[in-house]
Formats: sequence, C-alpha cells, structure tokens
Amino acid sequence: MGSEITSVDLRVAIGSLNLRNPVMTASGTFGYAREFEPYVNLHRLGAVVVKGISLEPRAGNPSPRIVETSCGMLNAIGLENVGVERFISEKMESLQGLNVPVVVNILGDTLEEYREIAKRLADVEGIAGIEVNISCPNVKKGGVAFGTAPEMAAAVTAAVQESSSVPVIVKLSPNVTDITKIASAVEEGGADAVSLINTLIGMAIDYRSRRPQLANVIGGLSGPAIKPVALRMVYQVARAVSIPVIGVGGIESAEDIVEFMLAGATAVQIGTANFVNPRASEDAVEGLAQYVVEQKLGSIREIIGGLILS
Amino acid sequence: MSQFQEKTQITRIERFTEDIVRLTLDSADIASIAKPGQFVMIRTGNTKDPLLRRPFSISQTSNNKHFQILFKVVGRGTSLLAHCREGETLSVLGPLGNGFRINCKSRNCLIGGGMGIAPLLFLAKTMLRKCPNTPPLVVLGARNREELTSLVSDFAELGLSAHTATDDGSLGHHGLVTDVLKTLDLGTDCTTYVCGPHPMMTAVHLFSQGRNYDCQVSMETSMACGMGACLGCIVPVEKGGYSHACTDGPVFDAKELVWEVK
Repeated sequence: MGSEITSVDLRVAIGSLNLRNPVMTASGTFGYAREFEPYVNLHRLGAVVVKGISLEPRAGNPSPRIVETSCGMLNAIGLENVGVERFISEKMESLQGLNVPVVVNILGDTLEEYREIAKRLADVEGIAGIEVNISCPNVKKGGVAFGTAPEMAAAVTAAVQESSSVPVIVKLSPNVTDITKIASAVEEGGADAVSLINTLIGMAIDYRSRRPQLANVIGGLSGPAIKPVALRMVYQVARAVSIPVIGVGGIESAEDIVEFMLAGATAVQIGTANFVNPRASEDAVEGLAQYVVEQKLGSIREIIGGLILS
Repeated sequence: MSQFQEKTQITRIERFTEDIVRLTLDSADIASIAKPGQFVMIRTGNTKDPLLRRPFSISQTSNNKHFQILFKVVGRGTSLLAHCREGETLSVLGPLGNGFRINCKSRNCLIGGGMGIAPLLFLAKTMLRKCPNTPPLVVLGARNREELTSLVSDFAELGLSAHTATDDGSLGHHGLVTDVLKTLDLGTDCTTYVCGPHPMMTAVHLFSQGRNYDCQVSMETSMACGMGACLGCIVPVEKGGYSHACTDGPVFDAKELVWEVK
C-alpha cells in the first residue's frame, strides 16, 4: 500500500475517545480480539468491542444456538460470558497489550448490576470505553426491558455514567416502536454516544420437524439482511440526538461504512461479517482510506451526515 | 497457532455417489501444518446468501501441498460446493480446532460412520507413520455399499483392511458398527477414535467406558466462525456448562461430555 493511503486522515471522535479510524468491531462477534490476531493487524482498527460481560458468569443457552437465514443469521447465545471478575483477572492482561482502544460491553438484569459492573471496571487499566447493552433480546429476564422503556434506558445510562471514568456508549435495541425516543432518553441520561442497531428479534422454523430451529425458539437476526433497517434507524437517530452515533447492522465493507456515515454515523461496528471474513474490519479500513483518496477528501469526517436529499 | 485465510484452487473433484463428493484443494499453508481431526471453514459462494462458511474436517493431506474434504450434499451450501468445477477457487480458513491425540502405546481402533469417516483416513495415515509397529483397527459404517466402497478402498491403499457394517447389509455386517466392535480382539488397553452420527458415538463411548478404554470423539455442530467468536458450537460437558467444538474440540475425551443415554 502506498504512503498516500497510510497517511489518509480517517480519525473520528466518540466523545473524548479518539479513534484512528471509524471501524470498530461489534460485541460478541470478535471474541476478546486475540482470536483474530492470525488474520487482522489489530492496531489498524479504530477500536475493538469485546464480548458482553455480566456481573456473574453465564453458561448461555442450550444448542442449537445459531441458524443461518437468508442473507443473515439468527443467534440465541444467551449472553454466555465469564463474568466481570474473571474478565478482569483472565482477559484484561491480554487486552492491555493491544495497541487498539478496547471498549467493554456490559449487561445486567437490574439497575444495580449495571452500576456494580461499571464500578468494578472503573479502576481497571486499559479500558477506553464502556458500551452498555440494554437491548440483548435473548435472555428472558435480560436487558430488553431497559431498552424499550425510555425512562429505564435513561436510568441505566445515568447509573453507569456515574460509576464510570471513560466514555459511555449505549447500544440501542431496534425492537421498539420509536428508537429516537430511546436515543433521546439515553442522551439525557448522560450517554456519550449511542450505537445501533442490536439484533432484530426473529425466528426460524423447520417445516419438516415442525420445531423451532433455535433451542431458545426466538433469537437475534444479524447480517446483511438487517442493513436497510439499521441504516434507516441510524439516519433517524442521528437527526434526533447531538451525541455521536455508531452505526451497526449488516456492515461488511468500506462501501457499507460510507453509507452509514452519510446517514449520520460517526463510527461503525462490523459484526457478523467477522465470522465470514475475519479480515473484514481491516479490509474495510483500507477501503475507507482508498475512498478518501479517490474522493479527494481532506478527512473521512467530511462525509458524516452528508446524505444528499434533493 | 497458525491459521490462514486464503483462496484455494480446486484441483480435483471426485463424485463417489450422486451426493457424496470429495474435493482436493491446493493449499501448502494449510496442508503442511494440518493435524488429523482438525477442520477448515469454507465459503461455498461469493454472494451474501448463503452467508456463513461451512465446517469440514480435513480428510487427507498430500505432499504438504493439497488437502481433501469429503462431504454429502445436505443443504444449499454443500449443494453449491458439489457443483464447483476444477480450477475454481474457494475461500478457506484453517486449519482449526485441536485434532486427535495419537497414542502409540495402546492399541488403536478407528470407528467411523457415514461422513464421519472423513477425518479418520487422515488419522490412519498419520498413525501408520507415527506408530508403525501398531497399525490401527478400522471399523466403518454407512447406509449401504454404495456409500462405503470408495472409503474402504482408501484405507485398503494404506494397507488397512476395514471391518464394515451397513444399515441394509449390502456390505459387511448387516447392522451397527458397535456389533462389529464387540467381535474384535482389542485387548485390555485400547484407544478408540470415533467420528459419526451422535447415536453411534454414544454407543462407542459406552462400549469404551465398559472396557475402560480411552475414547476420543470428534463432535460435529453448527458454527458460524470456527474460531471461538460466535459461541454457537457448544457441547454440554460433564463438569457443567458447555465447551466449544471449534476451539476446545472438535475432538473431546468422551468421558468429559454429557451423553444422553436412552
């Protein structure tokens, strides 16, 4: 790659969190980042978001947990994770060695749990930001209630923000009547940014066996199938709030990223595409740099919200 | 741990039956480091649908240059692969997973059912090289003669005469591989290496447990990534909770897993 490309200005800022480029990885699709080292130069990414962490370890749902659907996949992992204590003692050291900002995704069943996790992470070195999952649809008692009620979403945001010393990103659920109301509520609650969308709740049935294809019956839809929905919601939310919006949903390439940024996203997360092409995130960074050069832009920031409507 | 994502060329396509196909792929990187029991994730097309890669165990490597996969057409992904042509390229990720642990000190018995036979050929080949004094016993099962014939001759080429069982009795024993297993002289110290349908693996696990043999099973599950990120490929474990077939397996000590015995 020529020096012209490597010197391209792709920098963006999520509150006080400065990223060398807008390409992040989505929680739950990138493990704890080290899994992708054989394929990706991690230091070339904007940030990595690690798997969602709860206060206590969770074993997750029984099998089958995933099923492929048209241009996408459904998952009902059930938030399997090692819990915040083991995360700190077993995973953080390896993350601290990475030359890339690490955002930790957190989730809980109660307001107190969210607050407690944020507190435990507050003194841990090497965490650049917290992403609050208020939208995971899989666990019956899970965060979905927070993500669908504006006042609860705001309360969780405030609780985490109080206990946290790093930027707080709130990840929004698309499974709501009006996502802009939730976005505005978390902005008022003190969120530094919002990321959207989490998975859309879906279902798959095997017509032969007459059974659901997921053990959990329902699951979260992701992949290219949800991109138009994500794009629409990013567009609406970006007009409703003044904090940065991080676009998520079916993003595979630099072209997809440009579309989300035109719709108003400051940064993006690549999710399901990591499963298909583990190099997708780094490929997208290269593609974005090329785009900036080809379009003769001063920086990638020039296209944020640049959708031409007339 | 070395893993590669690369475009590999299909150098040979063999159709054993209408729906059983073996592909030979050109990849020195993968072929030269792969171990028996490991697998690869393959994109079956270049479009968004089907989206996900499909896992295939490596059924053989040759000259540190090629490796083979063996599969039966069961859905859209495998159907697309079956219709590929020689010279076409496929995106392959691998080698992935842990692989079998070869024990040269005990007797070894390889038991495969259907497409589960695929990784056992690679295992047999490696065993013959690593433990030349103790060639493994091989027991293969399938639905019928048609499905089994070419696979049996692959083992014969290695000098191994496989015991066979078929559901319809068209080749070998008419019945289950475990029926055959019970008639073999396996001694007091034997390791069983198993890959096949779940009920077959359960039966071999129970047989091995009864005789105090070590039993290694290669588990097949659906998975999205093959590298520990999607957490889709779980296997329930005896100590509670789940292991992941992609990174903790696909080969497990059968004693560590939960088996539903009916």
